[in-house]
Amino acid sequence: MEVLEKRAALTGIGQSQVGRRLGRDPLALTAEACLAAIHDAGLTTRDIDGLSTYPGAAISGAPGFSGASISDVHEMLRLDLDWFSGGVELPGQLGAAINACAAVATGLARHVLCFRTVWESTAQGEGPRAGIGAGGGGSFRASGIMEWTLPFGAASAACWIAMMAQRHFFEYGTTREQLGQIAVNARRNAGRNPKAIYRDPMSLDDYLAARIITTPFGLYDCDVPVDGSTAFIISNLEAAKDLRKPPLQVEAVGSALHGRPSWDQFDDLTAMAARDAAKMMWQRTDLRPADVDVAELYDGFSFITLSWLESLGFCRVGEGGPFVEGGERIALDGEIPLNTHGGQLSAGRLHGFGFLHEACVQLWGEGGERQVAGSPRVAVAAAGGGPLAGCLLLTRP
Amino acid sequence: MSEKPFRILPRITPENQHFWRGGAEGELRFLRCSACRTWVHPPMPLCPECHSFDLSPEAVSGKATLLTYTENHQPWIPGFDPPYLIAIVELPEQPGLRLTTNLVGCERCAVAIGMPLRVVFEEADDGIFLPLFEPEPGDDPDGKG
Repeated sequence: MEVLEKRAALTGIGQSQVGRRLGRDPLALTAEACLAAIHDAGLTTRDIDGLSTYPGAAISGAPGFSGASISDVHEMLRLDLDWFSGGVELPGQLGAAINACAAVATGLARHVLCFRTVWESTAQGEGPRAGIGAGGGGSFRASGIMEWTLPFGAASAACWIAMMAQRHFFEYGTTREQLGQIAVNARRNAGRNPKAIYRDPMSLDDYLAARIITTPFGLYDCDVPVDGSTAFIISNLEAAKDLRKPPLQVEAVGSALHGRPSWDQFDDLTAMAARDAAKMMWQRTDLRPADVDVAELYDGFSFITLSWLESLGFCRVGEGGPFVEGGERIALDGEIPLNTHGGQLSAGRLHGFGFLHEACVQLWGEGGERQVAGSPRVAVAAAGGGPLAGCLLLTRP
Repeated sequence: MSEKPFRILPRITPENQHFWRGGAEGELRFLRCSACRTWVHPPMPLCPECHSFDLSPEAVSGKATLLTYTENHQPWIPGFDPPYLIAIVELPEQPGLRLTTNLVGCERCAVAIGMPLRVVFEEADDGIFLPLFEPEPGDDPDGKG
């Protein structure tokens, strides 16, 4: 089997200002990230012939969830596109990057600009974080997937994923103290990332003392909404050879979803789609989990990272708790440095794209104070929770 | 003053009304395939197992088992005040026949995954009855009442 995505490479990255309640136009943040990525690759807007994003045009009931559509960026940068794709029905947020890999691997485009913009922090205002669709007023009626959850007050992915964590606790004896290491590790790494939102040291006791959101999750199990945009250039490997930076080859991707596409109807509540995406990725490469130097794994909620660690085979299913216990294994100098920028828990909810961005930062040796020692060569980036999951394995030549 | 908490209600359609209105007759109803007898939820126009389009609502026993739960403390919905218990329950009629619901009538110390439950309906506006679940009487897994 030829693994076609090996013809794709990451050749540039860009990120806008990232912060809480920036009050800036999300299109401006988007342009900032996109131009930075194009420049980083050593390209100009004239070289960009493909465009990809998640989730595309704004979605009602989710303020700030989408900061720019395909046509917004197309228009702002006056691109000439041979291929473009934007949508929310993808294998996780990084499904947009996987689509871009497929486009350049098949020759539909040479250089795809792939972006994701959020402005949830500004859009949701000063009040407490609202449930999905919960601000619709008295006459609002729930439909779609929310029909089956919103009437019962299960208004956020926090509730849905808390139930997965609770099930994991029940089946495998996982504890809050273990789960807390995901958050404590993220905070420790965020302290070395000047763009992270929360950089003050946080102990396990601080984590345990935080107010409860929805059991077993406390405040620090939940990511922090921000404004910001992240962009990548994903190029055909042949077209990538003479660019500014060494191309980071896509070794394999995982996009599978073999169970029911539902948060509460999926067969295995403790792993969900990550199980399928990770299995597919490893079937497409000779590399093994032990070859991975850096892991950047989605932490919209702490438990999702634990689930990705298990699904990707860094430990056995059910053993994620003991694996992260104490935090040594996942630290910057541990056997598998995890969420080296601080993740969404401490660096901000750039919604999946921050993980692929950080994987590239580490492989290019641009991590500054948080750079993993020993010149990492293989990185995995994974995004999504519940029925959303996509992952990419990258290698530096 | 109403005793009912504010709820965001579902949009009722011909396809889902058996589920949301069945409580008026004290019944928890799901679509069932007339050909292969598979229970189908959420509602869809055909049986995903045998592709028959001949589905109709039938009542289940109302018994269930607790698969997982969360005690929610965050005020996501103005007027629907925490704390409250959200649960995923599975029905004995078919492996994987599940729904998200609220767990009521139990102190948190007595909640245990695997505990037997039974449906209880909360009447809302517009003829809608929300199927909630409470511990099966006489079942007291932690011995704490």
